Formats: sequence, C-alpha cells, structure tokens
Amino acid sequence: MITIDITRELHGAQGAFTLRVNQRVNENEFIVIMGESGAGKSTLLRIIAGLEGTEGSIVVDDVPWQEGRKILPPQKRKVGFVFQDYALFDNMSVIDNLLFVNDDKAFASELLEMMEIDALKSRNVRLLSGGQKQRVALARALMRRPKVLLMDEPLGSLDPRMRRKLSIKLKALHQRLGTTTLMVSHDVAEAEYLAERIWLVEAGMVNTYDTSFLERLQ
Amino acid sequence: MTLDLTPFVLSFKLAAVTTLILFVVALPLAWWLSQTRSRLKPLLEALTALPIVLPPSVLGFYLLVVLSPESAIGGWITSVLGVKLVFTFTGLVVASCFYSLPFMVQPLQNGFESLNAHMIEASYLAGKSKIETLWYVALPNIRPALLTALIITFAHTVGEFGVVLMVGGSIPGETKVASVAIYEMVEVMAYDQAHIYAAILLGLSFGVLLLVYLFNDRHRRTMRWL
Repeated sequence: MITIDITRELHGAQGAFTLRVNQRVNENEFIVIMGESGAGKSTLLRIIAGLEGTEGSIVVDDVPWQEGRKILPPQKRKVGFVFQDYALFDNMSVIDNLLFVNDDKAFASELLEMMEIDALKSRNVRLLSGGQKQRVALARALMRRPKVLLMDEPLGSLDPRMRRKLSIKLKALHQRLGTTTLMVSHDVAEAEYLAERIWLVEAGMVNTYDTSFLERLQ
Repeated sequence: MTLDLTPFVLSFKLAAVTTLILFVVALPLAWWLSQTRSRLKPLLEALTALPIVLPPSVLGFYLLVVLSPESAIGGWITSVLGVKLVFTFTGLVVASCFYSLPFMVQPLQNGFESLNAHMIEASYLAGKSKIETLWYVALPNIRPALLTALIITFAHTVGEFGVVLMVGGSIPGETKVASVAIYEMVEVMAYDQAHIYAAILLGLSFGVLLLVYLFNDRHRRTMRWL
C-alpha cells in the first residue's frame, strides 16, 4: 500500500499552480495517470521516485519514503523507473545494463526471456531499435524487484504496432510479477487495456476514476 | 653540436605528473560542477577559469609570493612538511596544477553536462551512489571529452613558459624545461639550437592535437552510424 499526501508548486503554460495529491495505491494495482501536458504527471512520478523534492508525506508499506524533512534518497527507495527516452547505460551491453542494477544472473536471464530479447543480451544497447531499447529499460527497472514500478510514457515514442505489442507484454508482465505500477500515458486505448484505475491530473488536483471513465473520452 | 634532451625530459615529466594530479583533483570538481544547483557554482567556475585569462606572469607572481618560505603558507609547508616549493621541481608541479586546472576541468564538465540526465538518474534509482555513478556510468560515456582533457592538459603543461619561469627559474636538470631553454638560447642568440628545440615542440604539439581531433572525429562518425 502506498499513501501519498503531497503538495508541490509548479510552473505550467498558464502560470504557477499548486499540485496537490492525496491518494492511495493498493498492492499490485496498475494505475494509469492521464492529463494534459504540463499538468504535473511526470513530476508526480519523479517525486515518488525521490528525484524531485516536495512537501508532505509518502509512505510505502509502512516505511516513510518522505515525512516532513526526512527524505529517503532514490537509492534507498526500491523503485523501478522507465523513462520515455529509455536512458539506458550506453557504455554497456543489454545484460550488463541489467546486472549493473542487481548482480542476479538467473533473474536477468528470466526477465530477458520474458521480454523476448534474450538473443540480444550481448549486444551494445546503442545498436538496438526503439522497441528493443524500451524492453531493456523495462527489464532493467524490474531488476531491483521494486516495490513500485513507475513508467513515464514508456511507449510514447514507439510506432502504433510496437505500442500494441509492448502493451500486451506489459499486461502479461504485471499479471505474472504483480508489481504495483503507476504509468503516465496519453493513449486512451492503452489506458483502457492496462489500467485498473485512472488518475486524472487537472487543475492541480488528482482525481481517481474507474476505467469506465475512459469511454467518455473516446 | 650535441643536443641536450634534459629540458624535454623535464617538460614531459612535469606534464605527466601534473596531468595525473589534475585528473584526480579535477574529476570530482568537474562532476560536482556539472550536477550542482548551488549558488556557489558561478564563483567556482570563474575561479577555475582564471588561469585562461590571467597573464602567466600575474599567476606566477602570486604563486611565487604564496609558495615562498617567507609567506605563511609557504613557511608552514617548508617547516612542517620539509618541502621547498620555490625554484624546485615540486614547486613547478604545484604551479602547473593551478595553471592547467581549467584545461582539465572544463572538457570534463562539458562532457558530464552533455550526458542524458535521465541516464544518471537511472543509476541512482539502481541504488548506485554518486561515486559509483561517476565511475561506472558518467566517465565511460564521455570518452572523447576525457581524452581531450588529458591530452590538452598534458600539451598545455609542456607549453608553459611564464609561470614556470617565475616559480621555477632556470636550474638545469631541476626546473629548466624546454620552453625556458628555448628562451635562453634566443637570449644568447643560439638560433640554430633554438630552431631544433622549437621545431621538436611544434611537431610534438601538432601531432598530439591531430591525434585528439582524429579520435574525436572517428568517435563522432561511429556515434552517427550507430
């Protein structure tokens, strides 16, 4: 269980505003975060990861990641993070990207097999296609056996065919590992397929909806 | 005419020691400057860049004053550590480290700043400390900048004149480096010898720079192809 009660000043296209988040995430839940550009979706993920500061509290399984001024650094949060631009370690091969996080060779091989990229494990990540890179990024994020998986538009820069393929992969992975997941997306169909709940970020507030809400958007 | 190579040996020894020391000192400084949001950053950047714009005689003069046994710092170093820093090779190394500092810091800092910030964050999220991230992620991904920093620092130290003359003087086998030797040859109108020394320095400097640019060009082409 993750409890988030935070506020953060942001500067959007319409000027300064305050992002207020008071939400809970259940164990094993898959939440898709939607909202307009600049609403604060990525900032919210970065705050949970400890990459940006905020005021308030974040408690994960009774462990305070942030409580007042006491802030746990990203190194100690057990978060998996998938960036839109992959952010792979360019100086390493596919397998080394995973082993750098956690030197568990068996688990790394298992993840690469699940992602269907085990044949590429010795290849330098610079030589991979966008879809392959994103699968490596996802496997790397899971290497730490995170308490929460945060994904910032992970499929945003891929073509529609690859998006669909990786959406299916994501769903299968979530069903198998059950990692609590928060994912930012602009794609309604993708959200409908993956999400158990939707968080809509608008006017500085985060409101929660069930997936039937998405029918109104289509 | 016999060619005394001692000044060249001294120049290259000085450049090698300076480059090694500066790599150790400048690496954490450049890393910190590239990552910090501190208000002290512009102040430190300006201080680091000072040797580029200061006349070598000004820097040499201040170093001579500070390192001299008459000053508080120089006196303390001489009496406590037993090291004499004026008109000695050790003094030349200290002076060269100040003089060549920006040539090591700036390429490294620019290299670190050009890295994808998300890649650095991904390392922190993998549980890695700042030092581990610097060593295993940041440094291997700025190889051209690293090579530029090492080579330019080395070449710049070989080419030093004003600062080494002020702090080291011209003691044969101790502080008389190649650039100082050329100056003295010209002073006594030994142009033939000065020509040979100058041509060696010119050839070496051009060769080193050509190697750096060739490597960086090849690296750029490979990256584009990838």
